[in-house]
Amino acid sequence: MTLLEVKGLRTGFKIGEQVYHAVDDVSFSLKTGQFVCIVGESGCGKSVLSLSIMNLLPRENGKITSGEILLDGKNLIPLTDEEMNKIRGKDITMIFQEPMTALNPVFSIGFQIAEILHNHTKLTKPQIRSKSIELLRQVGIPRPEKILEEYPHQLSGGMRQRVMIAMAIACSPKLLIADEPTTALDVTIQAQILELMKEIQQKREMSVLLITHDLGVVAEMAEEVIVMYAGQIVEQGNAEQIFHNPKHPYLVALLNSIPRLGEKKNRLEAIKGIVPSLVHMPTTGCRFVDRCPKAKEECRFISPQLAAVEQGHSVRCLLYQESYPKVEEGGRR
Amino acid sequence: MSRAASDRYLLEVRNLKKYYPIRGGFFRRKIGDVKAVDDVTLTLKEGETIGLVGESGCGKSTTGRTILRLTDPTDGEIIFQGKDITKIKGEELRKIRQDMQMVFQDPYASLNPKMMVGDIISEPIRNFNHQSKKDLKDTVMELLEKVGLTSDSYFKYPHEFSGGQRQRIGIARALALKPKLIVGDEPVSALDVSVQSQVLNLMQDLQEEFKLTYLFIAHDLSVVEHMSDRIGVMYLGRLVEWADKEQLYKEPLHPYTQALLSAIPVPDPRKRKERIILSGDVPSPANPPQGCAFHPRCQHVKPECSEIRPTMREVKPGHQVACHLYS
Repeated sequence: MTLLEVKGLRTGFKIGEQVYHAVDDVSFSLKTGQFVCIVGESGCGKSVLSLSIMNLLPRENGKITSGEILLDGKNLIPLTDEEMNKIRGKDITMIFQEPMTALNPVFSIGFQIAEILHNHTKLTKPQIRSKSIELLRQVGIPRPEKILEEYPHQLSGGMRQRVMIAMAIACSPKLLIADEPTTALDVTIQAQILELMKEIQQKREMSVLLITHDLGVVAEMAEEVIVMYAGQIVEQGNAEQIFHNPKHPYLVALLNSIPRLGEKKNRLEAIKGIVPSLVHMPTTGCRFVDRCPKAKEECRFISPQLAAVEQGHSVRCLLYQESYPKVEEGGRR
Repeated sequence: MSRAASDRYLLEVRNLKKYYPIRGGFFRRKIGDVKAVDDVTLTLKEGETIGLVGESGCGKSTTGRTILRLTDPTDGEIIFQGKDITKIKGEELRKIRQDMQMVFQDPYASLNPKMMVGDIISEPIRNFNHQSKKDLKDTVMELLEKVGLTSDSYFKYPHEFSGGQRQRIGIARALALKPKLIVGDEPVSALDVSVQSQVLNLMQDLQEEFKLTYLFIAHDLSVVEHMSDRIGVMYLGRLVEWADKEQLYKEPLHPYTQALLSAIPVPDPRKRKERIILSGDVPSPANPPQGCAFHPRCQHVKPECSEIRPTMREVKPGHQVACHLYS
């Protein structure tokens, strides 16, 4: 069953008088109980995408200009703040990258967990307390009764991230969005947190949208993978297809550019150049063209479409016939 | 990966210690020590790359900084090019700095935003030799080209560059004095994967061209493995294992190294594996566990582990480990 469906989402930021789109025409869907990873480098729009789903974009200049975000068939974009508040923290929750800044330093852990339960459930105070202890125990925190009284600065990074997860699962959400949940952590702690997320996801049949830049994490966790580049989805498929049959030159190069343990290589394959900035994004053609080893002349003029090349595997690249735009839409990007 | 490693030692570090005092109580007396680096011994041959890996707080950066004498060691010896530099100061120390340079982790914080790139790169040269303005500019232009930047970068400011390009500027600055040793303190950890490989390749090319010796510090074991000839694994201020990189990868001996290797996510869904998941966090270096510092998290812990601190011993040629399992 489809839980979340994003259709043609475009999210832009106003710089001066111009609106620049950090997320441009992104469509994907997520089934109940599915584990989906979005992977991409900094500036590819993966975090803006997650903020769009949560409706947490900065008010002053961020705006969703078109598209739909459907949760259980209900469009979230036109919802008011009050309506959205009922969904955030209950149906959709989010874990952020920095467990240090995502927790409020002046309130105890117990208070912060209780806040969510208080807002979304009708539990009484003692019930909230026992539920909080139960939640902390589920995320593998020793001495939960004691931790409830403690403040975020008294906990290590890994423990804070566990508290964040406890808060995120407090109301049994349908969808958990995790935005680089382990980037700030050491590898041995990262392994603990990933294991915990997997365990919780399987136990609760929750859908997870994991956003990361680390292809290693993706390979460990994901069923379905979405690769983003410069605001667009460039490739999408299951883990096997993405890692063993990559199609887009960007993904191929990216996979070749990471050093792998135990593999002897004198030189890494590097991708030349850098990701174009939001302001300098090419308006027509493929956005990877300047860095692409296989670029053709027409790549500069024809904007490739995301199209399926095999069952469940889509790619946006003119190397594949399917990606040519179906109908010439006179001048439209 | 250096091809020209000779047998001469460029740098020898013996029993290096760096303690930071903890002050507190009445009159802020010293009440303890944070043993950031505790009894580290390592050697660097000319032209090779040594990698230091470990998690945050294990003392790898402090080791690098202490070797460069950016902080003063508490105890131990640093012998650079056959000369004991542990205690030298003033002009003598300034002179020796020509031969040892550093590339820093954060390319956003390590370049002065108010200086032109040309001035940033030429500053070390201006500091040491007196070249004419024209020569100086030629040298800088040459350096810019070497690190793959265009010559018009000379007149630009750091904010006009991306992270990867800034790291190239940092590398050009480190190269300016033609040093023998470059300490890279997490030089690529702030960069994206696609840019990271550019910078790693550049560092390898430059090593070959200028016969550089690298001390490469990073938390990412796969990057360190790619770059280094020999690798030291640190845990809570101490070296726990020291081996050639092939050896370390093929046959990690210390349980911590094994866990570290197994914790690294492999970018291949077919290789999803049973991982060794360590329980608990890294203890505070101010209050390390008795005996082997790793024993509270170790799977193979024995009774003596909590009492006697294991010392580094050579288990196989060139492969040292500090663990009671191998004594």
